Amino acid sequence: MLTDADRPAPTPGHPFAPVPYRVRAVATETPDTTTIVIEPWGTRRIGRTQPGQFVMLYAFGIGESPIGVAGGHPDGQLVHTVRNAGKVTGALGRLTPGDTVGVRGPYGHGWPIGEAKGRDILIVAGGLGLPPLRPLVYELFARRESYGRVEIIYGARTPKDLVYYDEIQTWRRRNDLRLQVTVDAAGREWYGDVGVVTTRIPDARFETGRTTAFLCGPEIMMRMTAQALVARGLAPEAIWVSMERNMKCAVGFCGHCQFGPSFVCRDGPVLRYDRVQHLLSLREV
Amino acid sequence: MSQETDPKVVDAVRAHPFFHGFDPAFVHEVCQHAREVRFEPDELLAKEGAPADVFYLILEGKVALEAGAADNPHLTVQTVGRDEVLGWSWLVAPHRWRFDARATKPVRAAALSAEVLRRTLASHPTWGYQFLIRFMPVLAERLENTRIQLLDLHAH
Repeated sequence: MLTDADRPAPTPGHPFAPVPYRVRAVATETPDTTTIVIEPWGTRRIGRTQPGQFVMLYAFGIGESPIGVAGGHPDGQLVHTVRNAGKVTGALGRLTPGDTVGVRGPYGHGWPIGEAKGRDILIVAGGLGLPPLRPLVYELFARRESYGRVEIIYGARTPKDLVYYDEIQTWRRRNDLRLQVTVDAAGREWYGDVGVVTTRIPDARFETGRTTAFLCGPEIMMRMTAQALVARGLAPEAIWVSMERNMKCAVGFCGHCQFGPSFVCRDGPVLRYDRVQHLLSLREV
Repeated sequence: MSQETDPKVVDAVRAHPFFHGFDPAFVHEVCQHAREVRFEPDELLAKEGAPADVFYLILEGKVALEAGAADNPHLTVQTVGRDEVLGWSWLVAPHRWRFDARATKPVRAAALSAEVLRRTLASHPTWGYQFLIRFMPVLAERLENTRIQLLDLHAH
């Protein structure tokens, strides 16, 4: 009887063969969330990432986990922000500079930023929904003249759960960006807004006919936010959400990430809201 | 116009989104004894358990609504800002504040007398109904937001 040990290891070029990367830097975002910067270890590297795509990060000997790309650079560096939510992400969060990690990808369809040229942009992030939106934010900064108003609404459970805190302060100083940060609850040390992220939608400044919204966060947060945006007059076709499902193979093969008629790994993770809104309100999908 | 009515406050109340479209006579009526108030950061607009004798229309600034608990005596559960209203305790017996309300930024507000409001709403049912129709969405929205908070969006 064959066992896993008898199975030949994937060879380079095989869709399941990870490319070795080395950890270049590590930063603690919150007590359970870490940002790692990795770079190719050797001559091989994965293809260039697009904002909104994800990769499979392999903690050697433990397992793989789908992680959104929080930053990518032409020299091959990748940025990922990982919350310790299990064995694999816990191991990824404990990586230190010099450690190695396996990478497969990039996978999926990212934010349709090209289609949004000339339009106002509204970005709504909840909790760890900000990292997959971060490359989009920098893409907008790089081509700022190609877009109208840009507004970011970022919500987290408490001030301690906000990621990229220092970076956000630099965004706040830009005069070509409107930023709202809110938390669900806070102590007196917090002088910002308190209330779930949907409470900031009425104050968002956008024209419904010329705005594209990009949402990323827990599914229930995206559902509530999309409903609030539609209630303000935004067309469902102008709203994009990034779905998170239990991606395993990442190449549309295993079916673990099936979401209605779609495989999130292959057809998503970024999907147009009007195409999935009927599924978002269903349980057990 | 009554000497007890400050014309500047009446203008501010008329311009506040909450009172858009109301009968000017009603606005004038509820502005009796109304005054403009200012609070510096950390000053309290309302204290839990104290008589809720005013209804605030926030004109500028930001207010934190705080719920006290033994392990967290100053937990902010919501902030209210410009163009929003603060306080429903004045409408519901026993007319005592249910929360602390603390300025987190310099606040300018119109403080309407709860006694005048209750008397006016009771003696003019049509105005009273219109007022409640305007007020209910505020309450419903806050109830909805509390429900969303209970769902703990970020735990999923």
